Amino acid sequence: MRTALHTRPLDPTSLLAEVSHAANGAAILFVGTVRETNDGRAVTGIEYAAYESMASRELDRIVSEAAERFASPHIVVEHRLGSLDVGEASVVIAVAHPRRSQAYDASRYIIEELKRRVPVWKREHYADGTREWVDATRAPAESVR
Amino acid sequence: MTVTALLFASYADAVGRRNVPLELPDGATVRDAVAEVRRLPGGDSLPQHPLVAVNESYADAGHVLQRGDELALIPPVAGG
Repeated sequence: MRTALHTRPLDPTSLLAEVSHAANGAAILFVGTVRETNDGRAVTGIEYAAYESMASRELDRIVSEAAERFASPHIVVEHRLGSLDVGEASVVIAVAHPRRSQAYDASRYIIEELKRRVPVWKREHYADGTREWVDATRAPAESVR
Repeated sequence: MTVTALLFASYADAVGRRNVPLELPDGATVRDAVAEVRRLPGGDSLPQHPLVAVNESYADAGHVLQRGDELALIPPVAGG
């Protein structure tokens, strides 16, 4: 298990190699990338910011939960911070497991919990020159626990 | 007692600060600290019940603060 948040470009292939093991019959690689439009507006880039010490801790907790729940220690997650161009990877999750079903479930669990709990924010830069912090959830604060 | 409030992203932009020392009475809760932050210039645009973490763990509004605690007001997260 390993997690990281950093400003360097992410390398999905190396994360996949890191979780591969002869005992595993399946590996899932999830790559989240910067999309060119959001809510109908043309996006030219994104800036990611974090409460880094807590984000790192929360990401570790999520990966530990997934490892226990789906019985696989072969999990690596990296999240990019700083300025990203359209098409660049913002998050990579690599999970390997003896069975595909658990590998899919663990990967899904990690991305959903990450989006709910990890204190990371993104500011989109739009083609018209404006920029805005994204409120992706629009959910009441009380629901995020 | 003094606790430190941390502000991020849209909340930091609203108040124009990322780090605010708060002077609170003993026994003060997260709710009291948030009310203090909302009294700062620009603070009234923050929600009354934002998501809060104390010392890097999510905490409820009734959580009692201790001297030296680090209280973070967390805007809606948007990772991934």
